[in-house]
Amino acid sequence: MTADTPALVLGGVRKRFGEFTAVDGVDLEVRRGEFITLLGPSGSGKTTTLRMIAGFLTQDEGSIRIAGEEMTRVPPYRRDVGMVFQNYALLPHMSAAANIAFPLAMRGIQRDSIRDKVSSVLALVGLSGYGERLPRQLSGGQQQRVALARAIVFDPTLLLLDEPFGALDRKLRAQMQAEVKSLQRRLGITTLFVTHDQEEALVLSDRIAVMNAGRIAQIGAAEHLYRRPASRFVAEFVGEANLFRGRAGVIAGPAPARTVEVKLESGAAMRASLAPGDRAVHYGADLALVVRPERPRRLIAGAAFENQVAGTVAEATYLGETVRYRVTLEGGGEIVLRWPAEGERLSPGTRLELGWPASDMTAVLWA
Amino acid sequence: MGEAGSWRSPHRLALLALGVATVIFLVGPMLVVIPMSFTGAKILSWPPVGFSFQWYAKMLEDPQWSRGFLNSMQVATLTAIVSTILGTLAALGIVRGRFPGKGIANALILSPLIVPVIIIAIGFFAFYSITRLTGSLPGLVLAHTALAVPFVVINVGTVLRTMDRNLELAAASLGADPVRTFWRVTFPIILPGVFAGALFAFITSWDEVVVSIFMTSTRFRTLPVEMWEQVRQVVDPTVAAVATVVMVVTTTLLLFVLVARRRVPVR
Repeated sequence: MTADTPALVLGGVRKRFGEFTAVDGVDLEVRRGEFITLLGPSGSGKTTTLRMIAGFLTQDEGSIRIAGEEMTRVPPYRRDVGMVFQNYALLPHMSAAANIAFPLAMRGIQRDSIRDKVSSVLALVGLSGYGERLPRQLSGGQQQRVALARAIVFDPTLLLLDEPFGALDRKLRAQMQAEVKSLQRRLGITTLFVTHDQEEALVLSDRIAVMNAGRIAQIGAAEHLYRRPASRFVAEFVGEANLFRGRAGVIAGPAPARTVEVKLESGAAMRASLAPGDRAVHYGADLALVVRPERPRRLIAGAAFENQVAGTVAEATYLGETVRYRVTLEGGGEIVLRWPAEGERLSPGTRLELGWPASDMTAVLWA
Repeated sequence: MGEAGSWRSPHRLALLALGVATVIFLVGPMLVVIPMSFTGAKILSWPPVGFSFQWYAKMLEDPQWSRGFLNSMQVATLTAIVSTILGTLAALGIVRGRFPGKGIANALILSPLIVPVIIIAIGFFAFYSITRLTGSLPGLVLAHTALAVPFVVINVGTVLRTMDRNLELAAASLGADPVRTFWRVTFPIILPGVFAGALFAFITSWDEVVVSIFMTSTRFRTLPVEMWEQVRQVVDPTVAAVATVVMVVTTTLLLFVLVARRRVPVR
C-alpha cells in the first residue's frame, strides 16, 4: 500500500441479526497510524462493527478494505489484524511466551527469530522474566500486557481493541491506558478501539466515532465533539451537557459563524451557534441548546451576554480541580456548572446570575 | 437441647441413618464378593470360611479366564478408541454446528442411554446376523461403541460448552486456520473431557454383559460373559475372584476420570 492509502475503509457496512439491524450503514476511513475510537452505548453496533473488521462476522452489505484490499471474502486468519479481547482470550494451556509466539509460529517464522521477537516484545510491555508463566499465574494487568504483546508482535496492519480495560480497577486502568497510548504512538500502529466509556475515549483517541443505533452519529476529534456536538445524543453521551429546549427563530450571520435566535418554552430568548456544516436547522425547528458546564460565567453588575439566566445554588460538590454546582433556575429547570476550585466558593442558597455568549452554546435538532 | 449443627440433633441422626442404610443396602452387595473371593470353602457362600488365595490361583491357571480377560481388554480398548473419535466429532457437531435436525441427531446419539439394553442387544443381534458380524470381535466392538458413544458425547460436550469461544476467534485472528486452531487450541483444551469420555467408554465395554451374551460365541467370549456362563453352571468361588479383578480395574479407571475432571480448565 502506498503511504496515503487509508489503513481501513468501511463503505456502507450493514449487518442484520434476524429482525434487528445491528449495523445500519457505517462509513469510516482510518488513516495510517491513527488511533480511532468507536464510542457508543451497548447495542449501538460498535462491537458488531469490530467483529466484521476482524472477520468473525460477514457484513450483509457494504465493503471493508484493509490497506486498500477488499476483505469481504478473506477469512480472519488471513486478515493480518491483531486483536485484544475484552477478556484477553489468552490460550490457557500455553505460557505467556508461547501465547506471544503463536502468531509468529502460524506465519512460519524461524524459531530463533521467534525467540528474539518474543523476548523483545515482552520487554516492550514490561514483562521480561514472566514468559514462562501460564496466564492463570498472571495478574489482570499482566494478562492484558500479554494480550497486547501477542496482538502487536507480528506487526499487524491494524490493531483492534475490544473494551480491553473494563476488567481493571481504576488506577491500573489509567496506567494501562497511558501505556497503550505511548506504545501506539511509538510503533505508529493503526488502532481501532471500541468502548462505551467516554472518558476513556477522550484520553486515548485521535478521533472518536460516536455510534448510536447502528450508525455513526458524529466523527471528529474529542474537542470538536465536545464543543460542537452534531446531535442531542452526542451532546449527552460525550461529556456533561446542559440542555435547553426551544423553537428556532431567525438564523443570522455568514456561513461559518451562523447563529440562531431561539425562543425557549419558558418564554425567554437565547442565541446559539450552528455547527458550520449544519443545514438541518431551519426556522421553527424544535431545538436542543447545549452549553457545557464550564462555560457560563457569573454576571457582575453591568455585564451583559446574549444568554442570561438567574438561579440559586442547590448543591456544591468538590471534585479536586473543580467544583460542581447544581443551580436551580428561576422559571424552572436547572443548570450544572463546573468551575475551578481556586476561585470564590459558593455555598448552597446563594443566588447568582449567569451569562454566556452565543459562541459557547450549540444548537442542534431536539429529535 | 443442642443447636441445629450438633450431631445429636434429630435431623442429623435421620440423615446419618439414611446414609448408613444406603451404604449397607446399595454398596454392600457390590462389596461382598471381595471377602467371598478369599474364602477357604469349596462353594460360593456367605459368610466366607477361612482365608485363602486358592481361587485367585485357579483363576490364573484356567485358560478360559485369561482368554476372557484378554478378549475383554481388546474389545474395551478398541471400543474406547472408536467411540472416542466418533463421540468427539459428534460433540463438536452438536455443540458447535448449526444444521437442521440437530436435536434429532442429538437424541439419536444419546438414545442408547434410554433404550433398554435387551432391545439394543436383540437389534444388534438381528442386524449383525445378516451381515455375519455376530460372534466376531468387530461386531462386538461396534455394538459396544453404540453404547459408549453417549458417554463420550456428554463428557466432551460439557467441556466444549464451558470453553470460551473467544479462544478460537483469538487463534484465528492470530493467523491459525481452522485445522490448526483445532489441534493447537480446541483439542488441548477439551482433552480432559476427551480423556474422561475415553475411560467411560472403556468401562462401558469392560463390564457389559447383555449385548455381549448375544454377540459372542463359544470361541470368542469376554470376561463378563464367561462369568455369566460359570455362575449358571458351577457355583465356584473363582467367579468372586474374577469379579474382584473386574471391579479393581473399573475403580482404578474411575479414579483416573476424577483426576482428569479436576484438570478441566474453567474459562
